[in-house]
Amino acid sequence: MPGDQVTREGGGDSAASLARAPILQLRGISKRFGAVQALTDVDFEVYPGEVVALVGDNGAGKSTLIKCVAGTHAPDEGTIVFEGEEVRIHTPADATRLGIETVYQDLALCDNLDVVQNMFLGRERVATLVPRVVEPLSELEMEKRSLGVLASLDVTTIDNVRTRVAALSGGQRQSVAISRAVMWNSRLVILDEPTAALGVAQTEQVLALIRRLREQGLGVVVITHNLHEVFEIADRIVVLRLGRRVATFEHATTTPEEVVSAITGAREAAA
Amino acid sequence: MASLRAPRERDTAAAHDQGVSGAFGAMSRYSLQRWRQGELGALPVILGLVAIATYFQTQEPTFLSSRNLSNLVLQIAATGSVAVGIVLVLLLGEIDLSVGSVSGLCSAMLGVLIVKSGWPWWLAILAVLATGAAIGAFQGAWFALVGVPAFVVTLAGFLAWQGVQLRVLGSTGTVNVFEPHISEIAQSYLPHLWGWALGVGAAGLYAVSLWIGQIRRRRAGLATAPVVVVAGRTVLVVALSLASVEILSRFNGVPTAGVILLGLVVFFSLLTTRTRFGRYIFAVGGNAEAARRAGVSPARIRIVVFSLAGLMAAVGGIIFVSRLTAASTQTGGGTFLLEAIAAAVIGGTSLFGGRGSAWSALLGALVIGSVSNGLDLMAQPPEIKYMVEGAILLAAVTVDAVARRSRAAAGR
Repeated sequence: MPGDQVTREGGGDSAASLARAPILQLRGISKRFGAVQALTDVDFEVYPGEVVALVGDNGAGKSTLIKCVAGTHAPDEGTIVFEGEEVRIHTPADATRLGIETVYQDLALCDNLDVVQNMFLGRERVATLVPRVVEPLSELEMEKRSLGVLASLDVTTIDNVRTRVAALSGGQRQSVAISRAVMWNSRLVILDEPTAALGVAQTEQVLALIRRLREQGLGVVVITHNLHEVFEIADRIVVLRLGRRVATFEHATTTPEEVVSAITGAREAAA
Repeated sequence: MASLRAPRERDTAAAHDQGVSGAFGAMSRYSLQRWRQGELGALPVILGLVAIATYFQTQEPTFLSSRNLSNLVLQIAATGSVAVGIVLVLLLGEIDLSVGSVSGLCSAMLGVLIVKSGWPWWLAILAVLATGAAIGAFQGAWFALVGVPAFVVTLAGFLAWQGVQLRVLGSTGTVNVFEPHISEIAQSYLPHLWGWALGVGAAGLYAVSLWIGQIRRRRAGLATAPVVVVAGRTVLVVALSLASVEILSRFNGVPTAGVILLGLVVFFSLLTTRTRFGRYIFAVGGNAEAARRAGVSPARIRIVVFSLAGLMAAVGGIIFVSRLTAASTQTGGGTFLLEAIAAAVIGGTSLFGGRGSAWSALLGALVIGSVSNGLDLMAQPPEIKYMVEGAILLAAVTVDAVARRSRAAAGR
């Protein structure tokens, strides 16, 4: 396992060379659950160093769309192109292998484990004394790397990485979950409602962290209901309604009113 | 919390210049901070043990005698071994009610295989250990793969394996096992020199690994516990192990069964804290879904853990046969199961999953064993024993529940 860990710094130059091409491109994605057409012919793209807000009312298909990318659902139709190559993502492990990490709302942290243990869960580093038999955990190495990752992302709110996650605040927990997602050479991070349960100061921490991911050249997709937040961090805003992509806005040239009318369908009715 | 933290750090820094009193200050502050967050560790059970020993010593001066303490070690060997398996299951947030019956069945098998079938002792032991592990794996698979709650699967096992035990023993009901190798397990003592070598070696190894760990952390530029805390821990462990060897040597020496129990505790302690497998036990016990998404297979971990619990139940059964030189219909029955579970919980392993240590099996077994032993010395009837053990169990679970609440409170 230690072999497939590449440091973040290693991914830097490819991010620059890919700056023009999308990191992820979905074409004509459709997904049906029985009688329900969840997604109809949806295109979607994310560029490196960009934060895309995916917005829409409940049932618009946001979750279904990201689950098609995260490997939880397989789309019925359409193609997924990742870093210029057509790929098939059948399982979450496929997505992870490509460098796509998803942080769901529940964060998937173990409360009884500390920050380091959570960040390395499932990918622990070990010292091999007797192969496959005696492989003690390399705690020191993991702790150092965790501190390094948190520092590189300017997460300064966690002063002791040996604190159990149960004792952390909501913002700290979200920071741990996001840091864990990006420390494995990931190229694209999908965040599902990252600030839904947070107070003002903690929301600020998480938004600052998302900006840092953008600075480091990652593609970031944020699902959110909070329009104020959308306008604070997103470069582009993609609106889904009833399973279709109905509008795309550039941050610089739109207003919250325009986005709201796209979400509710008022705009179409007026047109 | 935030307003409290800053002055505390300043105090710790100042303490470095104030010699001994400052060192004690640093130690107590460090500990207090952890306790406030609900990280009680082994403290409550150690305080409890001291209180129990003090009480019985004042009531019955033979309580702390070499002979009685040696006897106590033999009394807890079987319970402690089974409790180690229970600790693993509790870490998953599950329970295994079948371990008493599995112990009983394994003791019956051991007796019958050696006495009636004429198997060599070592082959019989291997067969019995394999049977325990297989029973555990079967129950674990039924729980993990079929989805029947572990409580129910092992309750069924509790009844069924007792039935098999009676069937294996047949009409006589009791098999006397005078095989010398088997008897030696729980009736022999290490020669004095070996006992001392073991005590000094184990304490030395612990101290050296503790300090090497500290030095490596410091070299790596990572936060370390205050030196006084590490020094205190070293002195405590070294003193405790040397004192134990000295006291036990004054009677017959260090009992082999005690060494077996200690070895099992150390092995499972390392397994749970220093390996991937151990980490995954905690992860599944804390949040199985998170573990699954991280690529861990909860079903695999659960099956292996229940299998280990079965294995440890078999170990307990073997120690029973050795100690009583017989396997009977009573072996593994009565309060044995509940004492093993109580030992794990009293020792500090949480019933709510994800928290605990293999050492709690040893500490909890010592508490239960001491109470039982002390009340016997005072010639108290069994009804008193049950009532006292019940009260201690309730107290231990209460400490666990309260600590859990203060951890939740520290979270915000």
